Order: sequence, then C-alpha cells, then structure tokens
Amino acid sequence: MIDGFIALYIFALAAILGFEIISKVPVVLHTPLMSGSNFIHGIVLVGAMIALGHADTTLEKVFGFIAVFLGAGNAAGGYVVTERMLEMFKPRVKKQADEGDK
Amino acid sequence: MEFINEYLPYVIKSSYFLAAILFITGLRRMSAPGTARGGIVWAGWGMLIATIATFLLPDMHNMVLIIAALVSSTVLAWISGKKVAMTDMPQMVALYNGMGGGSAAFIGAMALFNAVDHLGGCQAGIIVDTPTTHDCLAGVSMIFAIVGVYIGAISLSGSLVAFAKLQGWLDRRFTFPGQNFFNGIVGIGTLLLGLYLTQDLNPNYIWIFFGLSLLLGLLMTLPIGGADMPVVISLYNAFTGLAVSFEGFVLQNEAMIIAGMLVGAAGTMLTQHMAKAMNRSLGSVLFGSMGGSGGAAIDGEMKEIEAQDAAIQMAFADRVIVIPGYGLAVAQAQHKLWEMTQLLLDRGVDVKFAIHPVAGRMPGHMNVLLAEAGVPYDLIEDMEDINSQFPQTDVALVIGANDVVNPVAKTDPESPIYGMPVLNVDEAKNSIVIKRGKGTGFAGIQNALFFAENNKMLYGDAQDAIAKLVSGLKAL
Repeated sequence: MIDGFIALYIFALAAILGFEIISKVPVVLHTPLMSGSNFIHGIVLVGAMIALGHADTTLEKVFGFIAVFLGAGNAAGGYVVTERMLEMFKPRVKKQADEGDK
Repeated sequence: MEFINEYLPYVIKSSYFLAAILFITGLRRMSAPGTARGGIVWAGWGMLIATIATFLLPDMHNMVLIIAALVSSTVLAWISGKKVAMTDMPQMVALYNGMGGGSAAFIGAMALFNAVDHLGGCQAGIIVDTPTTHDCLAGVSMIFAIVGVYIGAISLSGSLVAFAKLQGWLDRRFTFPGQNFFNGIVGIGTLLLGLYLTQDLNPNYIWIFFGLSLLLGLLMTLPIGGADMPVVISLYNAFTGLAVSFEGFVLQNEAMIIAGMLVGAAGTMLTQHMAKAMNRSLGSVLFGSMGGSGGAAIDGEMKEIEAQDAAIQMAFADRVIVIPGYGLAVAQAQHKLWEMTQLLLDRGVDVKFAIHPVAGRMPGHMNVLLAEAGVPYDLIEDMEDINSQFPQTDVALVIGANDVVNPVAKTDPESPIYGMPVLNVDEAKNSIVIKRGKGTGFAGIQNALFFAENNKMLYGDAQDAIAKLVSGLKAL
C-alpha cells in the first residue's frame, strides 16, 4: 500500500527527474523525444490489464476491453514510430560532441 | 507450488521496479543524439517486462478478453506505425497519445463505477489490493481517479482533433466570439461536477462527467490552427502522462506512477521548449489566435524566375544554402531535393542545408525527413550555426518556407512575428523561393524577402519545381 505521502514523494521525484532529463536537449531530438515519451506512458496498458482482470460487471468488462485496446495501441504504435524516427540517427552521427552540448 | 506463490509477488514487484528504471534510463538515453536509438530499446524492454509480469498477477480474470484486446490492438498499431510515411509521423504520435489518454480515462471511469457497485462494504473489485478501509475508493484515490478521467479524456478527444487537423480532414479553425469564456465555463463546470462526485457517486453523473471532459478536449483544440499543433500534441502528451500517473495511484502500481509522472514532467518541459522555438507562448497557442494582419504593407513586386534559369544560377554558384520548410514536407519532395543536391555537389558547389528550429511540422521533424532521404548529417546546419554564413552565400534556395525567412521579424516591431528568430536569407547575395502561390504564410503576413531586389520566385509545387531544377541541371 502506497500511502498519500509516499505517493507525493514519488510524484515529486519522478517529476524533477523528468524536468531534469529534458532541460537540455538539442532541437533535433524534440520530435523523437515527444514520440519516445509518448511510448513510455503506454505503461497505461499494464493498468488497463489489471483493471480488466478484475472487472466483473458487463460495463466494467466493456470499459476494460476498450482500455486495454487503447493502451496496447499507445504502447505498440509509440514504439514503432519512435524506433523508425531514431533509426535515422544511427549512421553518420558526426560531430557528436558539439551536438551534445547544444 | 507453495514456493512459487510465496515468491511471485516479489517477482512481480521487482519487474515493475525494473521497468521503471528502464523507462528512466531509456528516456535519458533518448535525450542525446548519440545514444537516442538505444534509448527506445531500453524503454521497450521495460514495457515488455512490465506486461509479462502483469499476466502473472494473482486473481486475474477475463484473460481471453485481455489477450484479444492486447493482440488485436498491438497488431493494428504495429502495422499502421510501420506503414505510415515519415511526413505523417506527427499525427500518428497524436493518435497513439490520444489512445493512451483514453485508456487512462477508461481505467478511472471503471474505478468509479466499481466504487458505485461496492459502496458500503467493498471487498472485490479492482482496488482489491488496498486492505485499509471499507471504502475501496475513498479520499485521495477517489480524487486521483476523477482527475485522471478529466485529463485523460481531454487528451483523448483533443489528440483526435489534432490528428484530424494534421491529416487534413479538418482544415479550418472553429472560432466564435466569447469562445475562451465559454470553454472556461465548460472546463470549470466539469471540474466542479467531478468534485461533486466525491460526495455523491451517482452513475449518471459519472457518465455526464466523462462526456463533458471529452467535449472539453474537443472545444479546446478546435480553435487552434494547424501550425500550432505540434505544441498542442506535446501538451496532450504531458496530459496523458499525468492521467496515467494518477490512475497508477488508484491501482497502486508504482511503474505507472513513475513512468506517468516522468512523462508528465518531461512533456511539459518539451512543450515549453517547442513553444519557445516557435516564438509562441503556451497561453497564446491555447487561448489566442494569431493576428491575421498587422505590420506595414510592403512596396515592390515579386519577380518570377524560370526553373532553367534558377538551375543555371545554382550550378555556377560557389556556395548554395537550401532552406527546406513545411511545403517540402507536404510535397514529400525530400528525395528529389537530395537528388538535386547531389548534382550540385558533383559540380563542386558547396551545398548546405539550413534548418530553422521549427521547420517542417514540428521541431526536429525536418532533420528526420532529410535523414530519411539520405542527406548526410554534416550538410545539415542549425540556425545559430549558419546564420552568419548567408552574406558569403551566392544562392539561398527557400523551399516551401515562409515565416521563418521573413526579415520583417527583425525589422518591424509592429509585426505579429516580430522577435521570432529567422534565417537571414535576406543577407544572401541572391535568393530563390519555391512557393505554390503568392499567398501569405501561417502567420498571414506579407514576407518582405519575396519583394527584395535580389530575390526571385519560382512558382510551383515543391516536388514539380525541384524535378524541373533537376532536369535543368542535367541538361547543362
């Protein structure tokens, strides 16, 4: 059981980490990063599975099915699209050092 | 068997822990060009581990339904994501993001309906792991569930509108007087209804609350123009992250709490970066429309050039800078452009690409498009690096870009785009602008560059115009 205050600490630490990671990224990476973070919140799939796994009324099952369907789409689609975008960064990464400090 | 049952919870908890660490590390790696590609793979492993662990949870029912939804959606999303053209990536991100927001909203709604069924003495239901009180969804959890529905639903309907706009299904903005005020009333009213739900969990009110939240996302996004969509998608990306985090609290799932909040914060930061790169404040994107006119009228006329002449001018130049813009992305002319560039390079012309931070459909998108066409990285320069080189440039070729090369942004304080960073194309010895017509850009203002003495216009679709330049160069 995560009580309110522990949750508050987790929220705050995760948020600070998120701000910190994105505080200095080159413009080139904005779109891939948006796509990558879009994939990461696809973890909602896990929640949807848990919710559907415990659904008992018909309404809950319908909602749960929709939630799993949407969550899986977020995760799978987010991965493919990000992977394709970042594929472009594989070859010929020149001047890595000076691009990194922008 | 006993042994397994005893240790299984630890295996599952550890898997979620590992997933959270992999997400954090993955995001971190994705934020640097050298490691970006590995980053998504790390995060991908995190997702896989978390998903498998979830199947091992005790007391999971409806396995057939879960697998049916999971497999069908994964296949559909995988195929659509593989097939979509590079130019259409932004709207796919919007679509998948909306799906995530919707998933979080439905989870929240389920928790609320579940609480209705078990008011009084609850024992079963999705909040089964919280053995503290009789109210399975009480206090903080209830509020998080409600706020998660609100934010998630806005993200769902808002992202779908963004998708439709970028896809070209919705090409006009819907505005009416007092719109912001009306939207504000709907937004606050819906939130108050959500607050009321904590007191009286009536199923009808849950439906209305869900519906109004969806409507709000629609109302918020319809008046925003296509040019601002990247900022909006990024904002909804952060929204989805928050909604996921809150529903993670409701479900007591640490991986969801951490990953969701990580994206919520990172997405907010990214939204600010993008808005700044476009010289727009988040407030003006969401609540204000960009002025249709403004700034002084410009004297002079636009001079047309034939493709053949333009080809000759570039072929005998020492130095050419290409400025690709939105029009190039729309026309999907990046491959043709690279063909033209190779012809010039073969003739010994020094060719560089100048990328404005918001060229294309969203920041960084143009780099991806050029890379896809095979343009080497060392030919691509950012605005800050190349802006000083325009005076030594013989020909600056602008393709489907407008506002980002408008010198008015530097000279006319009256102009709506005054202060926006622009590429100094006006300082080049000559410039050629490929453009479909004589119209204005997104900002709806005249471009002084087009009227300049040393500027020529080459009218036509980017794809056709570059094809003509290519045949012009080959004929030399």
